[in-house]
Amino acid sequence: MPSLTKRTLLQRSAIVAAALWLGGQLMSAQTSPNIPVISGGAGMLSSTNKGSTFVQPVVAPVLALPLGNHVLVEARADLRGLVQMSGPNGTWDTSYTSSLEYLQADVLVNRHVTAVLGRFQTPFGVYNERLTALWIRDLQDAPLIFGLGTRTSGSSDGVMLRGNAYGSSKVQVNYTTYFSAERSTGQFQAGRSAGERVEVYLPHADLEIGSSYQHFLQGERKDTWGTHVWWTPAASGLRIRSEYAHGAHAQGYWVETSYRLSRFGGMNSIAGRLQPVFRMQQSFRNSPGAGDGAPGNDTQEADFGLNYTLPQEFRLNTSYARSFSKKNGNIWDISLTYRFLIPTWRGGK
Amino acid sequence: MKAIPTVCLLASLFGGAVVMMAQAGADTKNSAQPKARAKAHTSSDPGEQAFRHNCSRCHSAPEQLSPHITGTILQHMRVRANLSAADEKLLLNYLAP
Repeated sequence: MPSLTKRTLLQRSAIVAAALWLGGQLMSAQTSPNIPVISGGAGMLSSTNKGSTFVQPVVAPVLALPLGNHVLVEARADLRGLVQMSGPNGTWDTSYTSSLEYLQADVLVNRHVTAVLGRFQTPFGVYNERLTALWIRDLQDAPLIFGLGTRTSGSSDGVMLRGNAYGSSKVQVNYTTYFSAERSTGQFQAGRSAGERVEVYLPHADLEIGSSYQHFLQGERKDTWGTHVWWTPAASGLRIRSEYAHGAHAQGYWVETSYRLSRFGGMNSIAGRLQPVFRMQQSFRNSPGAGDGAPGNDTQEADFGLNYTLPQEFRLNTSYARSFSKKNGNIWDISLTYRFLIPTWRGGK
Repeated sequence: MKAIPTVCLLASLFGGAVVMMAQAGADTKNSAQPKARAKAHTSSDPGEQAFRHNCSRCHSAPEQLSPHITGTILQHMRVRANLSAADEKLLLNYLAP
């Protein structure tokens, strides 16, 4: 048997110790008040974009695995088929993609600090973290400026510190700061970058204002900054959300208004399940910026949506958008989504 | 053509303002929150308020939420929504009393 070097021995010891620790945590998790949960969304999306039609069956499962009361491992994947009409004869091509949006360990350091290690959604603006879930988004398509600040993949690989810096009944101040390493292959693609986001929420006014900053540490090493303003009256079905982002080569904004008609007979009435949505957005191209994610030309788009929440966690989303750019066009979307929430075993509180 | 987005934006804001005015004084007794369905929006339940301020800003409540998984969901949301310790406690008591 060849002799092992001191370094190899140390590495193997560390792996065994980590495996034993993880095993112990999993054992204790079975009797913990918090049990693992599988949740997420599934759906069938269809879109006709300027004459090109495609259909996408999607499953986006989320795993939440608590390891005691201070550590949570969580992950979300996006498994997506693409059926696209192509060619003059109307033949259908099919393909399949999968992506890992986050796989992270959250360590609760104290009441103000949570350390996140692994792959996480890039915290620039709030659309990426809050509204990209299949069953949450009111409009199927992401905003035009979504790529600004979230390139290259919308996810980052590294470390993030975040939490509630100050909280009272009058004001909440939250922060997020992160560093990501570059990775250009496989499911863990990410850009080398560092950034932060600060948001202030005023509960009595139902108003949230925040700012984001990112310094890209590869290629051109340019800065991107942004701001978001949300007004979401708690006693109403009205939601007004907006974001602005400014990159080195492009900038733009979106404003989205939605209103759940719950005042007409309640949330579960026929009318109360309806939700009209309107989004206005513009993006401006200052200079060519390959890979910044914004449209290549100045673009203006108005989206009109009408959603219907069905019983049993199903939801029907429909929308029409008119896009004004170098080539104007119409975008028609329709999707049916389902939200699921499954405990892995019985137990807990 | 360039005036179209501006007009749409103003229409959106105007529409929002009209809806808010129409809402004023209306009976808003039905909400998306689990326990709130049978309560008025004016409820002073701090857990319900915490739900509206932290959760409803982004999504509606699930139709059913088993008490078995509430702790895990809150651990998940503590990170995602930067919940304060006080709000996390209020939400736990509200969702799994």
